[in-house]
Amino acid sequence: MKRLSRLRRHRAAGPILLIFALFTIGTTFQVASAVNKDATSVADRAVTIEEGKQIFLKGCSSCHGLNAEGGGIAPSLIGVGAASVDFQVATGRMPMADMSTQAMRKKPVYNAEEVNALATYVASLAPGPQVPGEEMLNYERDGSVAEGGELFRTNCAMCHNFAAQGGALTQGKYAPTLMGVEPRHIYEAMITGPQSMPVFSDKTITPEEKLSIIKWIKAAESEPQLGGVALGRVGPVTEGLLVWTLGIGLLVGVAVWLAMKAR
Amino acid sequence: MTARERIAGNVAGYVDDRTGAAKWMKKNLTKVFPDHWSFLLGEICLYSFVILLLSGTFLTFWFDPSMREVVYDGSYAPLKGLEMSAAYASTLDISFEVRGGLLMRQIHHWAALIFMVGIVVHLLRVYFTGAFRKPREFNWIIGVGLLTLGIVEGFLGYSLPDDLLSGTGIRIAEAIIQALPLVGSYLAFFAFGGAFPGEAFIPRIYTVHVLLLPGIFLALITVHLMLVWYQKHTQFPGPGRTEKNVVGYPLMPVYMAKAGGFFFIVFGVTAFLGAVASINPIWLYGPYTPGQISAGSQPDWYMGWLDGLVRMAPPLETHAFGHTISWNILIPGLILPGIMFTGLALYPFIESWATGDKREHHLLDRPRNTPNRTAIGVMALTFTLVSLINGGNDIIATTFHLTINQMMWFARISVLVLPPIAFIITKRLCLSLQRADRDLVLHGRETGRLVRMPNGEFVEVHEPISAEKAWLLTSHEQLAPLELPEHDASGVRRPAALKNKLRNRISRAAAVAVPKATETERRELEGHH
Repeated sequence: MKRLSRLRRHRAAGPILLIFALFTIGTTFQVASAVNKDATSVADRAVTIEEGKQIFLKGCSSCHGLNAEGGGIAPSLIGVGAASVDFQVATGRMPMADMSTQAMRKKPVYNAEEVNALATYVASLAPGPQVPGEEMLNYERDGSVAEGGELFRTNCAMCHNFAAQGGALTQGKYAPTLMGVEPRHIYEAMITGPQSMPVFSDKTITPEEKLSIIKWIKAAESEPQLGGVALGRVGPVTEGLLVWTLGIGLLVGVAVWLAMKAR
Repeated sequence: MTARERIAGNVAGYVDDRTGAAKWMKKNLTKVFPDHWSFLLGEICLYSFVILLLSGTFLTFWFDPSMREVVYDGSYAPLKGLEMSAAYASTLDISFEVRGGLLMRQIHHWAALIFMVGIVVHLLRVYFTGAFRKPREFNWIIGVGLLTLGIVEGFLGYSLPDDLLSGTGIRIAEAIIQALPLVGSYLAFFAFGGAFPGEAFIPRIYTVHVLLLPGIFLALITVHLMLVWYQKHTQFPGPGRTEKNVVGYPLMPVYMAKAGGFFFIVFGVTAFLGAVASINPIWLYGPYTPGQISAGSQPDWYMGWLDGLVRMAPPLETHAFGHTISWNILIPGLILPGIMFTGLALYPFIESWATGDKREHHLLDRPRNTPNRTAIGVMALTFTLVSLINGGNDIIATTFHLTINQMMWFARISVLVLPPIAFIITKRLCLSLQRADRDLVLHGRETGRLVRMPNGEFVEVHEPISAEKAWLLTSHEQLAPLELPEHDASGVRRPAALKNKLRNRISRAAAVAVPKATETERRELEGHH
């Protein structure tokens, strides 16, 4: 007892106890607050889902059905996942304006929060591909441009053109240009396969390879016009057009002038 | 005589004593050429050919025509570390490492496009003005040969860098070779030294592109120009111009200055295009591997119409005796171009056979005065243009939000329907232009001035046209149709009756014309006014 009492009266006892107490309280609060946060997140999620459902009922259900079960003109959304919703809605493709050929990229109708709500709602119906997080999309760090170019030419260029400028498909459908597309949306397109595009699963093209492709597309986007005016980067058609207009036009103009001149 | 003239005279005398050039020069430097802007179109081809030789020689200093695998380690980051052929890598080096290399590459390619455009517009001028008629048929055939070889040479040049686009083009060329019945697959193996793509093709086409074809070009161009020199240039009709003279200006100094200056203009325009407009950006296409392809793969424009024909061909195949005959490639890729180029080459003979006109012609026709020929030309142009448009159907479809299937059906139908319509419309247009000429000669120019006569009648004052103009509008001759006998004197059908009947019919169609104004008619009307 004497020993304990001596320790109790030790000079360091007070500070040690204080540190101990602070540590304990801190840890307890940490654990408690974490639990608490989880609890509110579940509640938040329920709210977000409800918000998403309300947006869905107003803006999407007339085609996709009240329970996203699909209909005669629109597919079921059960199991398409948050990634698919984020791609289609955040790029403005959905809601569709013109149903004749395919949904085209346009100014989005919903803001980021509403898109998130919609995505969360649709993801809550059945599991599906998730929206890739910021950390996952660090293509500058994890991608390789040269490898991305190879992969792009092997898997993507046949529809999207060698410089990702887009190209024609059958019956008026088309592969859109990839210039100015958010990396997140490029990634989502590869994992969900929107419209005529096939799904490139993580077995076909690994996540790192997908980042390489994105890095290459971004490099192509920011590539300076190396040989002069790029003429749309669509190959020899525009070159032929230029030579038949400006090229021969200049030369014939000079020929006419020469024939009039200095007789 | 000034000191300068004395020195010049001494130098000239020194050279002449040793070469005897003075007499030849005196004769040829004063040779007269007629003046018209369309006579400079052929020069565009000649000058761009010179530019092609110069820029091409520059490119050979660095180009490595080899399929050897190398790892790219140049300054274009998006391709760094990739395996590629030495041909592609050295073209990248020309573009990015060699000083002025990219400019030279672009000048070379633009010059090739201008060369082909020049050939086509020159051909159109020669065709529509009838400059191919006797005695110039051989030169016409040489020209058609140059056009054909130009297409081949251009395609080979497009194929050399071994990028994704050129490899795709070679693959299609291989398919066309394979489409030849029976011998196709053997020929393809022979050309490629084995299975596609193999290692032999790039070195082989390099030799053909830089040695064989330029040599043939030089020879043909020389003969082409020598014939122009020897036969003298044709001229447009005008006062004082006959079939027996050439009205114009002497080579020295007028045409030396004009032609010499025009060379620098053509070089300037080509260099301007090469400096400001990107052409064939091979670094974007990437190296060729048979497993890859890009959307919107196109040939250069002079091959575009052939590609368009292949694209619109319906999928027809025949299987017989263990062989497949791919009509869908054979017809648009070989048979149709064969017919078109043969018809083009033989056209002078066909026309003189049809019209029975075997005389020499040095005065050119105005296209309206030969409605049949003009209409045939426009018909062929329409066919080629529809095919050319279909060659770029995917680019057009995405640009104008059309469907590629509709484009293809439009092309399939209009390639058959539009040419005959173009023929009829052109012929009618020519005839009404003839009618307008006739009215102009007989009634003069409408001044738009209305005069009220004493009796209240309003008349428009017509101003008579100048004698030169009237001569220009009436100097052409109007051929009478052939009347070859189908029966002999006793009314029995001759052995050649069918042939003669056909010729009579064709020549009647060719001779359709609005009778040109005659002097008598003009006098009569003058008396009337």
